[in-house]
Amino acid sequence: MGGYRPGWLNGAVAWITVIYLILPITIILPVSLTDQRFLSLPYHELSAQHYVRLLTTPAWTNAILQSAWIATASTLLAVVLGTLCAIGCWRLSRRSTDLVRALMLLPIIIPSIAYAIGLYRYFAGLGLLDSFLGVVLAHGVTGMPYVVITVSTALAAFDPRLESAARGMGASLLQTLRWVILPRIMPGVVSGAIFAFIHSWDELVVVLFIASRRVFTLPRKIWDGINENLDPAMAAVAVLLVGMTVLLLLLDLTLRRRRED
Amino acid sequence: MNPRGRAALGWWALILPAFLLLTAFYLAPIVQVLAISVTEPRPGFGNYERLFTSESVQRVILTTLRIGVVTTAIALLLGYALAFRVAMAGPRAQRWWLLAVLVPLWISVLVRAFAWVTLLRRQGLVNEGLLAIGAISEPLPLVWNEFGIIVGMVHYMVPYAVLPMLSAMREIDPRVLAAARGLGASRASAFLRVFLPLSMPGVIAAGVLVFIFSLGFYITPALLGGGKTLMAAEWIKLQILDLIRWGLGAMMATVLVVAILVTLAVFSRLVNLRRLFGSGG
Repeated sequence: MGGYRPGWLNGAVAWITVIYLILPITIILPVSLTDQRFLSLPYHELSAQHYVRLLTTPAWTNAILQSAWIATASTLLAVVLGTLCAIGCWRLSRRSTDLVRALMLLPIIIPSIAYAIGLYRYFAGLGLLDSFLGVVLAHGVTGMPYVVITVSTALAAFDPRLESAARGMGASLLQTLRWVILPRIMPGVVSGAIFAFIHSWDELVVVLFIASRRVFTLPRKIWDGINENLDPAMAAVAVLLVGMTVLLLLLDLTLRRRRED
Repeated sequence: MNPRGRAALGWWALILPAFLLLTAFYLAPIVQVLAISVTEPRPGFGNYERLFTSESVQRVILTTLRIGVVTTAIALLLGYALAFRVAMAGPRAQRWWLLAVLVPLWISVLVRAFAWVTLLRRQGLVNEGLLAIGAISEPLPLVWNEFGIIVGMVHYMVPYAVLPMLSAMREIDPRVLAAARGLGASRASAFLRVFLPLSMPGVIAAGVLVFIFSLGFYITPALLGGGKTLMAAEWIKLQILDLIRWGLGAMMATVLVVAILVTLAVFSRLVNLRRLFGSGG
């Protein structure tokens, strides 16, 4: 880098920071393989007993399945509406869609606690408390900003004249979307879907307020676990969650790289 | 209607479903919070008076601000060092450094709080380790206090601090540093007088972002604070779910939202959320 190299102090602080970021997350792996019945590093041997327990306890498997369903449904909602919205905003003039763009960012900015208490009252009136639909709507609407952002980024690199050409040759709006715009922005759509999925899969604050018995997601189960009894099955589920997030992120990075090449 | 107008109508129709969903299931509940804060238990600004009269309300606000400021300062310091190192690395190494920032960013906040509890509690790995090597004679209180909250919150915020600073640093031509050195500046003054001022917009953006995220944080303080140190979000939950004082809880939520939106509006030219999530995440 042209004769300037960062000093040793900078390197040391950077490394310490990375270790601080990564180490606590990796420590749960050995803890989840412990041969003991309490949270600890393995004493004598590695054991998969806590994974077996996790995958054979109906309370855990139900929570995992519910979370997977909710995340899938809310991702679908967020991706379809978010993509259409981003395309509309992109094609219309900047000024007239400024308000829409700003509003779409609110769910990222406003603390979930403020939304959660509002939704608690709002859903009580609509009879949506503790319902699958209610949680899907809440996660869908808060996941939408991620899709709008990634799709808008993908659209910024897209030549609007292609769209005009398609329309000029007589393609309808739907045909243009399907055959001209969507294929070019697909990587952005997939990125958005990945982030919307992770968002719903991890979301806890809203669920704490609007769900109680019938809807019981994985984060909710982990939350109860941390507050009531810390046992190694929690470490096992944490490892599964981390594994899934890392896989999804690597998928996203691979897609981005393919797009750049 | 002319064809251009009809086309524009078509594009507006694409925005409509998202806009309706947002209005019906996001904006309406938020507006309801604002409404509750001035109507319950009785209409008027009685709840807001508590900001000036109630000691417990003031204590919560001060605690939230204090933890927010400390978290922001530490996250900026660590984040700056990391971002600088990443910016100076070669393209291949940069990918690895970036992965080390992005993976924690997207890992569940619950999982991270759990990991910190595992490490820091009385019988946790850190205390057991220090006891085993004889560095301490009894366990240190590392979690369920303010120290634990800050460790957990900084851990969450460092990636958010790195990304805006990194994108600002990438816009700086690295040759200016080499030029400063070539003209006889010491390593320290080349950094302090050339690079640091040029990277300042990124630092401010990162600071604003981390600070506003810290203000409304719920999960990490609730799990690592042990109920003794109350920040705004946990206090709101307590008012509403445990004490059923809706007006007071909604008032605090409104204050939180207004404080965050005003901060963002003041710094709107510097903080680009779209770019943060579009390019970084």
